[in-house]
Amino acid sequence: MNRAGRDPARPEPSRGRSRRIAKVRITRTLLRCLAICVVPLLLGACVGDIHLSFLDAQGPVAAEQRWHFYWVLGVMGVLVAGPIFLALPFFVWRYRFGNRQSKYTPKWAYSRWLEIASWGGPIVIVGVLAYFVWLDSHKLDPYKPLASSQPALRVQVIGYDWKWLFIYPDQGIATVGTLALPAGRPVAMYLTSATVMQSFFVPSLGSQIYAMGGMVTRLHLLASRPGRFLGENTMYNGNGFHQQKFTAVAMSPDAFRAWVAKVRTTGVPMSARILGALARRDTREQLIDDLPGNASRAGTVYLTGVTPQLFPAIVRATRDGSPMPLQHVSGRAAKAAAAPAAPRARQAR
Amino acid sequence: MSAWAIVQHPLGRLSMHSLPFYDMLQNPTTKHLVNGSIAGFAASLVVLGAIVVVGLITRYRGWRTLWCDWLTSTDHKKIGIMYVVIAFVMLARALIEAMLMRAQQAWGLGGGFLSPDHFAQLFSTHGTIMIFFMAMPFLTGLINFVMPLQIGARDVSVPVLNSVSLMLTAAGAMLVMVSLVLGEFSTGGWFGYPPYTEIAYNPGVGPDYWIWSLSLAGLGSTLTGINFAVTIYKERAPGMKLMRMPLFTWAALCISILMIFAMPPLTLATAQLALDRYLGFHYFTNGFGGNMMHFVNLFWLFGHPEVYILIIPAFGVYSEVFSTYSGKALYGYRSMVLAIMSIAILSFTVWLHHFFTMGQDADINAVFGIASMLIGIPTGVKIYNWMWTMFRGRVRITTPMVYALGFIVLFVLGGMSGILLANPSIDYQVHNTVFLVAHFHNVAVPGVLFGMLAGYHFWFPKAFGFRLDERWGIFSALCWTLGFMLAFFPLYALGIMGLPRRSAAYAQPAYVPLEMVAFAGALLIGVALAALVVQLWVSVRHRGENRVPAGDPWDGRSLEWSVSAPPPEYNFPCLPVVNDRDAFTAAKEYGTAYREPGEYADIVLPRNSATGPLLGASGFGIAFGLVWHIWWLAILCALLAAAAMVVRGFARGLTRTIPAAEVRRQHQGWLAVVRASVPVTRADERAPANQGLANPAVLRETS
Repeated sequence: MNRAGRDPARPEPSRGRSRRIAKVRITRTLLRCLAICVVPLLLGACVGDIHLSFLDAQGPVAAEQRWHFYWVLGVMGVLVAGPIFLALPFFVWRYRFGNRQSKYTPKWAYSRWLEIASWGGPIVIVGVLAYFVWLDSHKLDPYKPLASSQPALRVQVIGYDWKWLFIYPDQGIATVGTLALPAGRPVAMYLTSATVMQSFFVPSLGSQIYAMGGMVTRLHLLASRPGRFLGENTMYNGNGFHQQKFTAVAMSPDAFRAWVAKVRTTGVPMSARILGALARRDTREQLIDDLPGNASRAGTVYLTGVTPQLFPAIVRATRDGSPMPLQHVSGRAAKAAAAPAAPRARQAR
Repeated sequence: MSAWAIVQHPLGRLSMHSLPFYDMLQNPTTKHLVNGSIAGFAASLVVLGAIVVVGLITRYRGWRTLWCDWLTSTDHKKIGIMYVVIAFVMLARALIEAMLMRAQQAWGLGGGFLSPDHFAQLFSTHGTIMIFFMAMPFLTGLINFVMPLQIGARDVSVPVLNSVSLMLTAAGAMLVMVSLVLGEFSTGGWFGYPPYTEIAYNPGVGPDYWIWSLSLAGLGSTLTGINFAVTIYKERAPGMKLMRMPLFTWAALCISILMIFAMPPLTLATAQLALDRYLGFHYFTNGFGGNMMHFVNLFWLFGHPEVYILIIPAFGVYSEVFSTYSGKALYGYRSMVLAIMSIAILSFTVWLHHFFTMGQDADINAVFGIASMLIGIPTGVKIYNWMWTMFRGRVRITTPMVYALGFIVLFVLGGMSGILLANPSIDYQVHNTVFLVAHFHNVAVPGVLFGMLAGYHFWFPKAFGFRLDERWGIFSALCWTLGFMLAFFPLYALGIMGLPRRSAAYAQPAYVPLEMVAFAGALLIGVALAALVVQLWVSVRHRGENRVPAGDPWDGRSLEWSVSAPPPEYNFPCLPVVNDRDAFTAAKEYGTAYREPGEYADIVLPRNSATGPLLGASGFGIAFGLVWHIWWLAILCALLAAAAMVVRGFARGLTRTIPAAEVRRQHQGWLAVVRASVPVTRADERAPANQGLANPAVLRETS
């Protein structure tokens, strides 16, 4: 079950409440915060029960990225910054104007061996790093499915101003505010935007990727263990940008099944009205205020009856210039929309 | 647009709503009051500043001087100085905005005091100003002032065009300033990605202000690039071969080429966006066949070379500074030339690293990641060569050297974070977070701003005839360096902790302490700027003790130091003949400096021209009319601009001649001053005894 033993789907609290909680947390975690101020890299920046950072990796992708980060940092620190930081003060001190003991050669301006060293050194370092760039870029390509014995869970992600809609096409449900994931099972994501360009990001799990109107991008993530992770949009898209957060919640397979069942029973059916509310330029809180009272639980909106055709319909409608496909939920329009393959920023391999 | 519409709305969209305090009066909530007050205060600063300047000029009867000696001047030195003045004014504004943003984020847990819209305007104007109206004018100004002197020329090749470029840049800057008073600026950041900046999502005037101010500045820069490149190719003094040019001039050549090739994609992209917004085109919209990715590509096809347009002149300054203040020839001249030229070429091959996360193939990302790292090679060589220049030298810690040393330390760190970002696998994690903000400030502040400030201190005595106060200078340089570290190192950690850039607020208490440190750093940078102002004040007051009429206060190495300070309007009484790389050092060594030429000749100079100010003013009018949909104004100003160019085409008597006798009188007068000056050794460099005549004894080699 969920590590914290609470409702696994509990998203971040509402704004007013979060401010009060924040104050309590400030006093409580002052020491921890100070420590983070000094050594954030070592602590990996896990604060409260939300994992914020890839240095506090909760999945194989982020773990690999953390390793690359340290590795490149180490190579650069030892081979590039180290020598310069040692030599610079030495040169300035040794050859300072007041020191008449040091040698002075005002016309010396060339040495073949120094030239070879100063070009050769960086060339070798960059050569080595470049080799790893090639390997790592391919290994961590977000379009590449993650190796696993289990089949990937499909999630379709639609960026709205200023909230994300997560569709589980195989389960027929959708949520706003919480991205629930089964721990240990890969997640294959398809992303688009019903509005301006956005960037979907769960730092402690792995890569971010842009979501763009009329196009579909791909992302593969995996949470190794149950937990709650910060999720966000990192591409500025207007006044509600900083509130476009969500909680990614990884749970055990059983808990995930239970969660799906719960959404199916408690959620409200997807409708043209809800789609219209989603498309308004509002934050998630404002969306919840607009919806019927039973549509949300603690800041998360649960929707049922979501067909796999909704996502391609929205991609197509956005591409064709009408941002709100209102009549896609069932019937002819949905079938027509589902037929042509959505154009992609890049074909998935 | 119909004729009736023009009559009905003679001011287009301009109305009472456009005033910054309108919201506050209509709907006086606390948030509106705070934001309205800040915006209203900023607007009144602009208006009051303008009134005070106009009043002072009138009070001291300066209009004639301003118009005849400055605004219509075609003298590259005056144009250069005016560019730097624009840069400092805009630096002050953008820095205050930065401090406001840091304050907002420091108190941003759950809200902050600014509205998100206000915050977005702040980061958009901050970025736009710092790139286009601070760094670009600063470096263009320095090059304008120094480069013709360094190559032994009388002026740039097309002096009137130079004035036009300046006035277009000034018009763009003014448009950004006007956006404080009327309407609002874009909220789309300095790169203004569509579709966010399209009419569907941003129907207001903000993106239009952004588009037209960039267009004016971009046009000015393209013309400047052409002018500089032609000047360096055609106007060099006899014997000044390419491989004898000082590194700063090489940097100027390099960025001129970059400007010529990199500015058009920006002009194109903003023009296409304007077509989308004004005429219903669909270049970058979500629908109807538009694609935002084209804008992203075009913008960064400009944007990355732009980074090097900004930084290479600073590399040029540092090359002069390290060599001059180490009393030593620049180490590895050929390597340095090769390095900046390779940086220039490579800069066109890396633009995709600004959007590794847009869904490209891993092959493409890897190629661009490796190309980005390749730039680290020539950059590394330059760092090593500057250090070898100090090796076995006599290093004087002056203000420019403090900037230069601070630059090396900080730039190495910025370069390291750059290599991290060049790894697509790591970029996927830190892209669009404040880690990225920390990185580009980490290269841009030491790499561009420190370089420009070092150049300002270095060449100030040449421009105005007296040295700047060293104590305030070093204090300011230290404040810049320390303030920078405090303000931006925490952002690296915050970015790793997942804070997206451009966040007006956040919900994680863990961010607060680091934000507070960053705010303290911003305050320290504010102190640094204030110290620069005090320094200027103190230096002007004590200019009598710091005069350097002989013109060579730092024992300089290139030709600009061989003339008086300030230099005569024709630069050189007779054009120098160059036989060596460090031309003036060689002349001092062989005793050929400060010689009277055999005979003097008449010197022909261009007359003043009102073409530049006219085109600048009409450019501003066109842009303002387009922003507010005041069509008659835009059309009128376009006609005015066309008329100005036609009239200029028919103008005769564009030159004036300074007779040889006058040149002789001035030159002999200066030589008398030089002879009366006491040569000083470098130990007395900062004493009042330094009248700008260097004692060459210091050149002797010791072991």
